[in-house]
Amino acid sequence: MKFKALTAIAALIVAPGLAMADPDDDTMIINGEVEMITKTAVPEHMSDTAVSELMSGWHFRSDETQALQMDDFDNPGMIFVDEGMAQWETVEGTEGNSCASCHEDPSSMKGVRAVYPKWNEDAGEVRTLAMQINACRTENMGAEPYKYTGGEMANMEALIALQSRGMPINVAIDGPVADVWEQGKELYYTRTGQLELSCANCHEDNYGNMIRADHLSQGQINGFPTYRLKNAKLNTVHARFKGCVRDTRAETFKPGGPEFTALELYVASRGNGLSVEGPSVRN
Amino acid sequence: MKLSTTILAAAALAAGPALAGEVAPADLKFDEYGSVSESLTGVPGDPENGANVLKNKSIGNCIACHQVTALNDAPFHGEIGPSLDGVGDRWGEAELRGLLTNAKMTFPGTIMPAYYKVEGFVRPGNAYTGKAPDGPLTPLLTAQQIEDVVAFLLTQKEE
Ligand code: HEC
Ligand code: HEC
Repeated sequence: MKFKALTAIAALIVAPGLAMADPDDDTMIINGEVEMITKTAVPEHMSDTAVSELMSGWHFRSDETQALQMDDFDNPGMIFVDEGMAQWETVEGTEGNSCASCHEDPSSMKGVRAVYPKWNEDAGEVRTLAMQINACRTENMGAEPYKYTGGEMANMEALIALQSRGMPINVAIDGPVADVWEQGKELYYTRTGQLELSCANCHEDNYGNMIRADHLSQGQINGFPTYRLKNAKLNTVHARFKGCVRDTRAETFKPGGPEFTALELYVASRGNGLSVEGPSVRN
Repeated sequence: MKLSTTILAAAALAAGPALAGEVAPADLKFDEYGSVSESLTGVPGDPENGANVLKNKSIGNCIACHQVTALNDAPFHGEIGPSLDGVGDRWGEAELRGLLTNAKMTFPGTIMPAYYKVEGFVRPGNAYTGKAPDGPLTPLLTAQQIEDVVAFLLTQKEE
């Protein structure tokens, strides 16, 4: 692959002695109890990339921001979990159902976040967690779908992610999802917009480097939904993708559309082995 | 804060269609090493304005990726590209003009954006709106801004 050679050139040219803002070696233990996997071996499918170890975006944030995620009382994302809990129990739509009518306690969602996006046999499609939530609303509740990147969706995703806290991401990339995964990979390496930048340019070739005031991470999505200090709300995966693509001076894709669904599957698989962290805290 | 305000150039302010007497992006002549020997405007570059282009988030924002000691009055220099200290010793005027207009002619596949190019992009947008462009694209920097940046870079000598 071309990228490696280029990275090698860039590495040669970068003057030695430049202060590198490396990711740190801290350990994330939530509430003094749950030890999270924030660094782990690269999955097989990434063996030909420039990434030598998977790292959560948490390692690239300041100690202060990191601390916020280590205590549920300090994590501003937890307020939205409470809101998600209220939504879980609210009957909506023509069928007289709430989420709880079918799924009882949210703890029944343990393990779910770790394996999405995944193949849905009946629908014959790859579904993101957000798509599955909306399928339940429209098909099983007779309710309106949530806005794909809206606050209610983020709340519900936070509640569901929390049930898998600490479990390793483990999305399947073969079988019926293989084609969609390949499409996502293609998008990840496509240089878009007038700045001609791909996800890989920033998050594979340059993680650990500063881009102006931002410390580039691997662009992992194991922490979503993410509470960002910058906009003081929970952020969904496709909203983040949209922002990053926009910043290449490109025409973005539609949240919830086939391109971002494929990209989400691929990016999720680049985090296989990292703990589910949602709701995480970033800046 | 949006990334767009922290990352790369938003040249929209200044860039317009090539003025009479200016070399248009499509007419650039690169030699086999990626250099452009002809001035884009015929007007000598102003290094002070060039320094501003490098620093300003909404113009060149070169320091998003490059460290430049002479520009330490502007906060936050990135480390994606090499330091530009002494760059005037390493490259001549034509080479720097080539690097600025389209660095990919010198370093194939480089991450560095092409600052004087308007065609051949995948899904180009309307600046940082995320929407489709509503007309022909303008280059990231104007012809004169390119000349000004080249003039600034030529002042960066260590020897
Ligand atoms: C011009 C550089 C650039 C490009 C290109 C880019 N990003 Fe980002 N991205 C950033 C910056 C800066 C941040 C904030 C710091 C960080 O977490 O890396 C970020 C953050 C993220 C995050 C949040 C990570 C976390 O831990 O919360 C994800 C996910 C992400 N990017 C995915 C992508 C994807 C997918 C693409 C391609 C469609 C992409 N990015 C393209 C610069 C970029
Ligand atoms: C997104 C990152 C990025 C931006 C923005 C950027 N550059 Fe670069 N630049 C690089 C990289 C990386 C290289 C090294 C070439 C390579 O190996 O790809 C480079 C190389 C150079 C060189 C050659 C340096 C040397 O010593 O060999 C010059 C000169 C230069 N850039 C000037 C600029 C100027 C001026 C701007 C703004 C108008 C700018 N760059 C914007 C990434 C960037």
